[in-house]
Amino acid sequence: MAFSRWAAPMFGIVAVLLALVGLWLGFAAPEDYQQGDTVRIMFVHVPAAWLSMFVYACLGGASFLSLVFRHALADAAAKAAAPLGAAFTVLALATGSLWGRPMWGAWWVWDARLTSVLVLLLFYLAYMALRASLDDEAKAARAGAILALVGVVNLPIVHWSVNWWNTLHQGASVFRKGGPTMTVDYLYPLLLMSLAFMAAFGALWLVRIRGEVWRRRAEAAALRAARR
Amino acid sequence: MLDLDPGPYGAFIWPAYGLTALVFAGMIAASLSHARRWRRKAQAHQPDLAA
Repeated sequence: MAFSRWAAPMFGIVAVLLALVGLWLGFAAPEDYQQGDTVRIMFVHVPAAWLSMFVYACLGGASFLSLVFRHALADAAAKAAAPLGAAFTVLALATGSLWGRPMWGAWWVWDARLTSVLVLLLFYLAYMALRASLDDEAKAARAGAILALVGVVNLPIVHWSVNWWNTLHQGASVFRKGGPTMTVDYLYPLLLMSLAFMAAFGALWLVRIRGEVWRRRAEAAALRAARR
Repeated sequence: MLDLDPGPYGAFIWPAYGLTALVFAGMIAASLSHARRWRRKAQAHQPDLAA
């Protein structure tokens, strides 16, 4: 709790500073010769898409620790990550749709990448619904952790979907063998915006974990008071 | 120099940024209100709990 008290605002400030520089560089970059100004959607779409997967990896890691070691803080971390991950996934899908319409001529296609990201969103929603449906905290933690770990299988599918299937979505252009293929005019703002999203997630995750710990304390205290 | 005139693509670019701002505002508001609400409730039960 003491760590999150100073770390959450610090991550928040770092996120704002990185985003300001990233946006400045992003809107100062020249138009893409093929995509025109729509390339600027990349500076919010790609970080949101990366975060949707990163947050799920955090959810999976915390769920594993919760399931194996029955660690209450790991369970609180998993529960706190899910709504944030779902929000990033919705953002990735929506901004992707806004980018796809002018470039592909379609808001949505049942392409391997888009469909696997939609499945990722369904895993987040199923995790939250499952936890909300169980009153017993220990049962909810166990069932949620198992579901979250099943969903981890989807992460490599999302990542490599553009290689495994013929898709309309473009292939990897940053994390690939041989290094990034995009010009630094786009790469630097993209990386800065991604770090900003990551720092924002760090801040919000800590705040939500704190909230979850307070909730458990409040409910435990209420239970003790009721038994007296 | 900033290029803030996306021409015909403005109808797609600005909603993407607006939606991003909206989602972040929602995440910040929901996270802070959730933490504050439960902190108040916990402290109401145990006033000696440190912040």
